[in-house]
Amino acid sequence: MDAVEADPAAKQGDGRLAIEVADLGKRFGEREALRAVSFRAARGELLAVIGPNGAGKTTLLSIIAGSLQPYAGSVQLREGRVGFVPQQAALYRKLTVAENLELFARLEKVADVEGVVEEMLTQTVLGERRDDQVGTLSGGNQQRVNIAIGLLSKPAVLLLDEPSTGLDPRQRARLWEFVLALAEVGTTVIFTTHNIAEAERYGGRLLVLADGEALFDGSAAELHAAVPGSERSDFESAFVSFLRERGH
Amino acid sequence: MKWLLLKDLKLLRRSPLLTALLVSYPIVIAVLIGFALSGGPDKPRVAFLNEVAEGTPLDLGGENFDIVGARDELCDRIECVRVSSEEQARELVTSGEVLGALILPANLIDKLRSLGGLTPEQPTVKVLVNEEDPVKGQLVDDRIDSLLSDANLRVSQSVSEISATYLDILLNGGDFSLLGQGFEVLGLRAAEQILTEIRDDVPAKDQAELDRVIRFSSLAADNLDVADDLLGTITQPINVDKEVVSGDSPSLDSFAIAVAATITLMFVTVLLVAGSLAAEREENAFNRLVRGLVSRTALLAEKIGLGVVAALVVTLLMLAGLQIFVSLEWSRFLLWIPAIVAGGGAFGAFGAAIGAATREVRAASLLAFMVSLPIAFLSLVPSGTVSPGLFDAIGVLTAVFPFDAALRALEGALDEAGPSIAVAVGHLALLTLGYAALARIALRRFG
Repeated sequence: MDAVEADPAAKQGDGRLAIEVADLGKRFGEREALRAVSFRAARGELLAVIGPNGAGKTTLLSIIAGSLQPYAGSVQLREGRVGFVPQQAALYRKLTVAENLELFARLEKVADVEGVVEEMLTQTVLGERRDDQVGTLSGGNQQRVNIAIGLLSKPAVLLLDEPSTGLDPRQRARLWEFVLALAEVGTTVIFTTHNIAEAERYGGRLLVLADGEALFDGSAAELHAAVPGSERSDFESAFVSFLRERGH
Repeated sequence: MKWLLLKDLKLLRRSPLLTALLVSYPIVIAVLIGFALSGGPDKPRVAFLNEVAEGTPLDLGGENFDIVGARDELCDRIECVRVSSEEQARELVTSGEVLGALILPANLIDKLRSLGGLTPEQPTVKVLVNEEDPVKGQLVDDRIDSLLSDANLRVSQSVSEISATYLDILLNGGDFSLLGQGFEVLGLRAAEQILTEIRDDVPAKDQAELDRVIRFSSLAADNLDVADDLLGTITQPINVDKEVVSGDSPSLDSFAIAVAATITLMFVTVLLVAGSLAAEREENAFNRLVRGLVSRTALLAEKIGLGVVAALVVTLLMLAGLQIFVSLEWSRFLLWIPAIVAGGGAFGAFGAAIGAATREVRAASLLAFMVSLPIAFLSLVPSGTVSPGLFDAIGVLTAVFPFDAALRALEGALDEAGPSIAVAVGHLALLTLGYAALARIALRRFG
């Protein structure tokens, strides 16, 4: 299956501010994991956070999700809640798809548990597998359940930490189809990825992190433009040149 | 929290192998410990006070008893701790430095000698014991019984021979010495014969009275003739005056049940809680849970709660099963519950600390076994079977682990003669708080 093509305008969101992150700082011992990172994202926008290993991508998402506390800075959500989907499927493999959804819906204190479980099963197209134990599902389907759990509370902002890692091209295409559909209905999606092509294709905007520092915030085209002479090379090469020029 | 608990119970139901292991392993271990306990140490430490003057000879029934040799023989079979006074012996027993004390009183030889005379007095040896636990009490009883049985056998043989000599004189006549003066005893048979011979010379009016005396002589001679055999059955000439210096232990049955139940409680709870907490991380669910869904403290409380529920179910099932073989005091059922809950809570918190520290199910299970089993064994070591310094070290170690306190709580719950359940439950509550705090600290780096 080919990659899903998204309407570029749809990836920019509707312009209404959904989340504002200001001057986030985080240390692990002596190591500075994040240094004054700031950005904004609009409702329905797809923001790709990219950077080399150890750049601080997962730390940034964990702070926004509330799992980690920063020593400086703030996260302001204009409305709703944040949904977090960790990199590896955070699911109980011995429970069925429906049981996992039900458990987390109850922990999220969702008012209509059964209704939202049915909705997620429909949205993930996993209705027929509802009574299968999660451990028996393919990696792609497990990731769908993983994302569905992040969506149970109907979050205004959905955080995806390397959502396509370990998925085959077909599963990746299905995943992005699902994510784009979420953005179309107004969910702001902030995702991290090592797949630069995926970031270029699906990210309405890119936030480049390196050594805990935000080096770039803009579109893929703007990043190309920021690297003189990269017009004829692919985006990945431009990205590598961009990092090299800035000493990373 | 309720839903997490239900989830964990559902996961258990879907892991039959794990559940089977959780139930069967502790039972196997409990049986092994039971065998080990029934063995006991080879040479227990016993305080020995000999108040008999050195070199006092003892001749009984012509046999010369070697007192010094008997003492050496005794000290070969036990580790004799020589003491100089009864107070010192009492202190050693009370402190648990020795299993018990054997005191030979100063009048022992005189009383033993009196067994060969006409005014016998039963000699008594004094035994001091500390029955702080029933295994120890049983051990002391067995050792003292074993030590005295040999002495009793030898003394009783001599006493029987002397008594038989007196009876022979009484029956058949002979020379007898009392207070330095010699007497000639006629004997019942000779008396009967003389009386029968003179019967016809006695006036007719007195013959009826004389016939009564002849019948008595005949009857006495016939019956005393079998007394030799009866005297041979006197096998306990030395009496034991046993004094419990401290401790009031429950029956050995109650203790064995409490040990089995505590071991079950320990393994089920520690393994389940440690594994369940580590599994949250292995399933990558921990970070998702603590991201505003459940606090780390609530997650910890849920895991300990899971341990308490499992402990209650498994321990009560085990006790119900044991009812087939031994009689339990079901009237004390309401005391079982707090004992099991407190034990389950402390073991659960201990398991949570292990699970939080190891962060992997396999490592958590391995560590739980490696730590729990040896400490449980150490908790069962009675005082007096190891050196005092080592026993103190064991005491400190076992006090910071829930096994000893849980065992005392269950002993107290199962048997009225057991230790105070309130003190044990209080101890367990403190351990629960301590281990829960450690687990909570470890959870800070758990994700």
